Amino acid sequence: MTLPSAADKGEAADTLAGGPAPLRRRGVRSRPRSRSRPPGRGGAPLPLLVPALLGLAFLVLPLLALLLRAPWSSMPELLTSTEVWQALRLSLVCATAATALSLVIGVPLAWLLARVEFPGRGLVRALVTLPLVLPPVVGGVALLMALGRNGVVGRWLDDWFGVTLPFTTAGVVVAEAFVAMPFLVIAVEGTLRAADPRYEEAATTLGASRFTAFRRVTLPLVAPGIAAGAVLAWARALGEFGATITFAGNFPGRTQTMPLSVYLALQSDPEAAIALSLVLLAVSVAVLAGLRDRWMTSA
Amino acid sequence: MTRSARRTGGYRPTLRIAGAGAAALLALTACSDSDSGSDSGKDDESASGELSGEVTVFAAASLTESFEKLGAQFEKDHPGTKVTFSFGGSDALAASITGGAPADVFASASPTTMEIVTDADAAAGTPETFVRNQLEIATLPGNPDGIASLKDLTDSGLKVVLCDGTVPCGSAAQKALDASALKLTPVSYEEDVKSALNKVVLKEADAAVVYKTDVQAAGDTVEGVDFPESADAINDYPITLLKEAPNAAAAEAFVELVQSAEGQKVLTGAGFLKP
Repeated sequence: MTLPSAADKGEAADTLAGGPAPLRRRGVRSRPRSRSRPPGRGGAPLPLLVPALLGLAFLVLPLLALLLRAPWSSMPELLTSTEVWQALRLSLVCATAATALSLVIGVPLAWLLARVEFPGRGLVRALVTLPLVLPPVVGGVALLMALGRNGVVGRWLDDWFGVTLPFTTAGVVVAEAFVAMPFLVIAVEGTLRAADPRYEEAATTLGASRFTAFRRVTLPLVAPGIAAGAVLAWARALGEFGATITFAGNFPGRTQTMPLSVYLALQSDPEAAIALSLVLLAVSVAVLAGLRDRWMTSA
Repeated sequence: MTRSARRTGGYRPTLRIAGAGAAALLALTACSDSDSGSDSGKDDESASGELSGEVTVFAAASLTESFEKLGAQFEKDHPGTKVTFSFGGSDALAASITGGAPADVFASASPTTMEIVTDADAAAGTPETFVRNQLEIATLPGNPDGIASLKDLTDSGLKVVLCDGTVPCGSAAQKALDASALKLTPVSYEEDVKSALNKVVLKEADAAVVYKTDVQAAGDTVEGVDFPESADAINDYPITLLKEAPNAAAAEAFVELVQSAEGQKVLTGAGFLKP
């Protein structure tokens, strides 16, 4: 649908129009053309180009379908309801808070993993990345076992401080941070490993404490990596569903984020679900596109 | 220098995720291949009369225990068949059926959710009510908060969980509350009756309004409290064969089993009421 416009930008993107079926036929036709292109630009070998475009179509088509099926005429009505704004606001606030939490405890963790040799570091690194592959629902159950009112730690939180996390906005933030923080840790750790430790060493030989060196030398050095990780974590937190609904429940205005609201809307009013999905999609695309250009690719 | 740093930072995880995604995709295609192989209706048609193949039943979460029992019974009665269940919130199931999920039978927890399917012209024939279900309050074992009525749930100190209004147990609870002019603010509106109940089983909530059958199925982990208003909100459970059923013959036999005296015995044993 909107793919022809992509053809202006990318070479051989015209082969994409119409999706997977006509793709192969046109791909063959485009070969002589790509030969005439300047070397280095065109000439992507067909065995790579075809699966690559299939991959692109696979990822983009569902999103296009969402646009096609959107109830455009009733959109304004669907989107101006207070519940939608409530859910969107809560999503944005919670994702931001979860990112902030991840920054505060995730960056030091990444530093530990990248800079300090200690026994079992490989195991710790594996554990840190576990939430990446863990089904979010499992994460939610695990959080309930740990921080629920009856949980291993949550029991004491409740007894001593009267704090219970399930069914609260704080619970949403915790669930989102649990799922999103590994993205930040991985990104920052990678950047730290690539950064030259000699700058820090130089700083310490000149009299700075290790913490000052971290704060004044390391942190600015890896700032782009931290920013990239934070964006990834924020986007992941924004889309979090499984752990949130399992750990924090679903209450409008308090724990009902956009993904939950989409899921429940789908059960009674699919059109509303599509409209809500589009809002979330638009917000995510805007943030990722805006921030990715700035921080995640070379300027 | 910073540039190379960014690259490792940004792309390494991306690659890992891409790898995981590819693996997931492969697994997905593998699954759907084997599915379409086993539940295709061709086999049973050729073996006229003999039931075989897979029957896929979409059923309300509250039917989990009794239908699993009936499924095992069905497989025993008809060797060569396999009953596969998808339990969940009736609305979610109805949505996936109208979305083209390859199901043979749909058993819903309310006529309204069944209408989603019949309105989309996805049901074969008219759905029939096969059981009814009544609400009950599930409390912590021993009922430490001394809950005796629906009104007790409105105490602000209690953490009460309700089903979301989009699922039958939620609309029934709302009906009961409305009938007694009570206003109740729960801590959460759960997506189906089982997750509402489980919040009490896990002791995260003090009480939940669920079905009698769910309280019974949960055994000692919760205690049930009857309330008179539940009579105002009894849910009819309709069942139907689906039009696009991949294995219609076996599916019909399963619906018959559910409605038979034998099936009704299992269901009433689980706490359901006769229609």
